[in-house]
Amino acid sequence: MTRVGFLRLLVVGGFVLVLEAMCRTGLISPRILIAPSEMALRLAQLLAAGKFNADIAETLGNVAIAFVLSVGGGFAIGAAIHALPRLRRAIDPFLASYYALPFFAFYPLFIVLFGLGRGAIIAIGFLFGVVAMIIATLNGFDRIPRVLVKTAHVYRMGPVSAALRIKLPSATPYLFTGVKLAIAYSFIGVIAAEFIMASSGLGYSIAYAFNNFDNRTMYALMLFVIVLVTIVNALFHGYEQRLLRRLGC
Amino acid sequence: MRRLLDIVLLMLAGLAIWHALHLAAPFALTSPVETVTKAWSMLNSAAFWPHALETGKAFLIALLLAILGGLAIGLGLGLNRTGAQVAEPILVSIYSLPKVTLYPVILLVFGLGLPAKIAFGTIHGIIPIALFAMNAVRNLANVHFKTARVLRLSRSQTLLTVVMPGALPEIVSGLRIGFSLTLLGVLIGEMFASQRGLGFLIMNAIGLHDVPAIMATILLLAIVAVSASALLLWLDHRLHHRAA
Repeated sequence: MTRVGFLRLLVVGGFVLVLEAMCRTGLISPRILIAPSEMALRLAQLLAAGKFNADIAETLGNVAIAFVLSVGGGFAIGAAIHALPRLRRAIDPFLASYYALPFFAFYPLFIVLFGLGRGAIIAIGFLFGVVAMIIATLNGFDRIPRVLVKTAHVYRMGPVSAALRIKLPSATPYLFTGVKLAIAYSFIGVIAAEFIMASSGLGYSIAYAFNNFDNRTMYALMLFVIVLVTIVNALFHGYEQRLLRRLGC
Repeated sequence: MRRLLDIVLLMLAGLAIWHALHLAAPFALTSPVETVTKAWSMLNSAAFWPHALETGKAFLIALLLAILGGLAIGLGLGLNRTGAQVAEPILVSIYSLPKVTLYPVILLVFGLGLPAKIAFGTIHGIIPIALFAMNAVRNLANVHFKTARVLRLSRSQTLLTVVMPGALPEIVSGLRIGFSLTLLGVLIGEMFASQRGLGFLIMNAIGLHDVPAIMATILLLAIVAVSASALLLWLDHRLHHRAA
């Protein structure tokens, strides 16, 4: 392992150990925080009992749908906007301030539109992720070498086949930045929506445990979400590194 | 000039779509005109302002803390090569965590009320500001640091006269993201557990199924957020332009 990797492990491990020690010695009251080892233990019990399997599957399903929709939709919308320079110039300032919108305020509207179910939750995850993908697509398409665009002309490719066969591969590194953001944002959107208002799912289960003073379950589920999201993000990051190396960047 | 015209056209198209949605589902959405009227009457009502002030206060304090904390972390780590390498992936993974899941912890630590909202807003905003500041300092040309050494600047002088101005354009970019996320954090905090603030107003309106109030509150928030973001974007472009 590299020195930096070792130091990183030391920092994270040290943090967990200090937390553990503070909880075990009573410096932090168990009513506020329970020891990390206890969280892991409880999580193992919960997973073994299968009590939250349905919620976990539902949340992951929502995240997956929101992610696929935002990546596919974001790429299609981004490609379309890039093909219309006039629209592009007009829409740029809106895209740049999009994430300033307090999205979750829109959640109630989606509940009215889609009902109190998966639709509204997926819509929030999608809205959160799609614009990151649109921006990444525009960025990537801006940096395609002109010669490749000309080649597409020479081969008389239509706009769709040029987008899929020339622009998509050429813009991959930039697109992947969008993909990484889209997965992170889909998780954030879905879990936050479930947390605020839903009747099932991981976010809901955490909020439910909190409202019932069931700290042990709450922390076990939090640990699950944190570990899961970190692993998924790390996988995407690792895949991106491999991809970049293969493309020789 | 034509660009301005296009922007206006785009906004009109947006309004038209909004109105069409309203006609399609009149119970789910109020029309643009109704929403603006409602927003105007809210602005003139005495009951609205304590909530707006509460949110504003929580947001400003959270933003200030996020900026100070983020700059301290970012500049500190940026000046230390190993520190930055060790911290970057950790910061990135904290950035992409759904921080809502941590809200109960904050509620347990701070109790219900203003401090919890401030803390929640701060943890949303602090990471992007720190990340941008850190990378800005790391990317500063080495010749700047050498010049500082030649001029025998002290550490604090180097920080104030070399590092800060050099990293300023990137810091403003980070600030723009930090601004949005802090607002989002404060609002989510208010939506989940709060008795005051605009987030509470929205949740309350959902409970009463008061669609015009939901839409009007969102409209006001969106106007404030987008104008602030546009201002920061303009500053961002100017600074990057000057630096280039």
